[in-house]
Amino acid sequence: MEPFKKYTGVIAALDTANVDTDQIIAKQFLKSIARTGFGEHLFHDWRYDASGKPNPEFPLNHPSAQSASILVARNNFGCGSSREHAVWAVQQYGFRAVIAPWKASGQDRIPAFADIFRNNSMKNGLLTVELTEDQVEQIFQAAAAQPGVQATVDLDTQTVTVHGPQKLVFSFEVEASVKDRLINGLDDIGISLKYAGDITSFETRHNAQMPAGQ
Amino acid sequence: MGKTLFEKIWEKHAVVTPPDGVTLLYIDRHLIHEVTSPQAFDGLRLAGRKVRCPELTFATMDHNVPTDDRRTIKDPVSKAQMDALSKNCREFGVTLYDLNSDKQGIVHIIGPDLGLTLPGTTIVCGDSHTSTHGAFGALAFGIGTSEVEHVLATQCLPQKKAKTFKVEFTGRVKEPVSAKDMILKLIGLIGTAGGTGYVLEYCGEAVRALTMEGRMTMCNMSIEAGARAGLIAPDETTYEYISRGSRPFAPKGKDLEKALAYWKSLPSDPDAAYDRTLTINATEIAPQVTWGTNPGMVMDVTGRIPQPDTVPGYSRKDVEQALNYMGLKPGTPLTDLKIDTVFIGSCTNGRLEDLRTASHIFKGRKAAQGVRVLVVPGSEEVRRQAEAEGLDQIFKDAGCEWRFAGCSMCLAMNPDQLSPGERCASTSNRNFEGRQGKGGRTHLVSPQMAAAAAVEGHFVDIRSWK
Repeated sequence: MEPFKKYTGVIAALDTANVDTDQIIAKQFLKSIARTGFGEHLFHDWRYDASGKPNPEFPLNHPSAQSASILVARNNFGCGSSREHAVWAVQQYGFRAVIAPWKASGQDRIPAFADIFRNNSMKNGLLTVELTEDQVEQIFQAAAAQPGVQATVDLDTQTVTVHGPQKLVFSFEVEASVKDRLINGLDDIGISLKYAGDITSFETRHNAQMPAGQ
Repeated sequence: MGKTLFEKIWEKHAVVTPPDGVTLLYIDRHLIHEVTSPQAFDGLRLAGRKVRCPELTFATMDHNVPTDDRRTIKDPVSKAQMDALSKNCREFGVTLYDLNSDKQGIVHIIGPDLGLTLPGTTIVCGDSHTSTHGAFGALAFGIGTSEVEHVLATQCLPQKKAKTFKVEFTGRVKEPVSAKDMILKLIGLIGTAGGTGYVLEYCGEAVRALTMEGRMTMCNMSIEAGARAGLIAPDETTYEYISRGSRPFAPKGKDLEKALAYWKSLPSDPDAAYDRTLTINATEIAPQVTWGTNPGMVMDVTGRIPQPDTVPGYSRKDVEQALNYMGLKPGTPLTDLKIDTVFIGSCTNGRLEDLRTASHIFKGRKAAQGVRVLVVPGSEEVRRQAEAEGLDQIFKDAGCEWRFAGCSMCLAMNPDQLSPGERCASTSNRNFEGRQGKGGRTHLVSPQMAAAAAVEGHFVDIRSWK
């Protein structure tokens, strides 16, 4: 996996909440047995009209977003199906990071990204950045004021800097284990296999304890 | 302090928890299907790895399969994906129930059918509706393809412990209100991200009163509330279901006695603490119908299409986009909506009980003129049982199409799709834009509601429908 340390690129602003994985990569593209070739189909039904021409209204089709590599969206991004093809499509289109807001709900905090999408992103080196609703709103405004605005996402310092009319700098939280895996581009299976001995002794114990057939 | 059902299963399966707090969790059952596994097997080959426990891995074909004619698969790309699964299972020694098998079906229907789904186990599958198996008190959740590869290689998954969310349904739902209405009601209340980061545990009188089929419907849609897993503590209903019929992988005799001792230790302790709790009065739940483009956009069947700025949890823009896609005008009574297609099936509502329920409504009646009705059993076993009971004839007499088992129009990867603008009453789990076919308009409902809508040609409140 390619490590993620610090990255600067153009922002694409997708002002939609609850973007589901069916929109990110539609079912007809899930028949491929390869791991590549999904980028051209990202957001297919929104990106193209019925005749297959690019829909000029869709943010990714704006001339200013042609080289975009940081996607900003609203809350609950990646909800729905577990298809990892969604992450592959986002990455293969050219995005390195996705930014979305968490939401307050009473004393609870509703995460910005759906669980499985977030996990799948981590396994592929796609950084998911959670900011507050207010901070994400400021990024949307910066992108509207200056189409094609750039941002820097720095995982090491855990900051997003938007190089807009006014410079915006926001800190974000990330679990230490996630940061370690992304910054070092670690192979998750390799990490688990270091515990092969533990797994074997667990299996012996587990098989003896659990009822047969379990 | 006592422990929750989730904590008990978690502790039983924690292999090791390194200092970074990411536990290596042991997986008892790994279910795979044709869509999310080919790249995982490629990964194994690339790294020269084997499947660690082929005897704990079970495969079937469901997402892509044709449900009308099984002799030839017309779509060469779908065929290639199914062929890849066959080849991978042969090469790595994994049991496969393919289209020639009498055990083929939707992966979340055949697990319980075969007795693979058991209380107190951990189950994963590269499909978000793996939460279905939580109905047995199994910790079951959907994973991505990289995680599929991880489980194939190690039989484990690195996992951060989820938070716990207790949802209690007090009282009982009144027939013909069903498990589907209970779970849709919950999703409407907490939203499609309200359960993110949590494992939901459903309890209370209304949950205890449900059959296993109803419990599976509830747990199935936990992911629609954002929760990777839903759980229901095992009880006599669970044990009876597991012992019923021929479930080749379920424990029997002495093994069953040992298993029962373990299963009875699983329910959450009375003093167990949860991170969050919610109580819902089940007696007040009405039949639910989704009106928008995610399962949280749902209301009582007696409702009217909402005004864009009146829906809690959604911006005006969200609602306008949803209503525009769905072709709906604010203020329209839900029961005025004319239906073009009805889909009865899926891992949510494709079990024998669901088909029986729908057949009761179709018996002696006909689908309304011009309404296409697809009835797709969840597994070949369900199809055979339904046919043995004569349900297929009831459906056919009513003008419904009776199909072979598969995911079918739930996600429309096979030829079973809606055309642009078509409005569908569906017993499936997702009403996302384009889910059942580009431009298709999906309303999620229970099997009862779907069948009654088929007969009338529009939604009806089945509580007052004769």
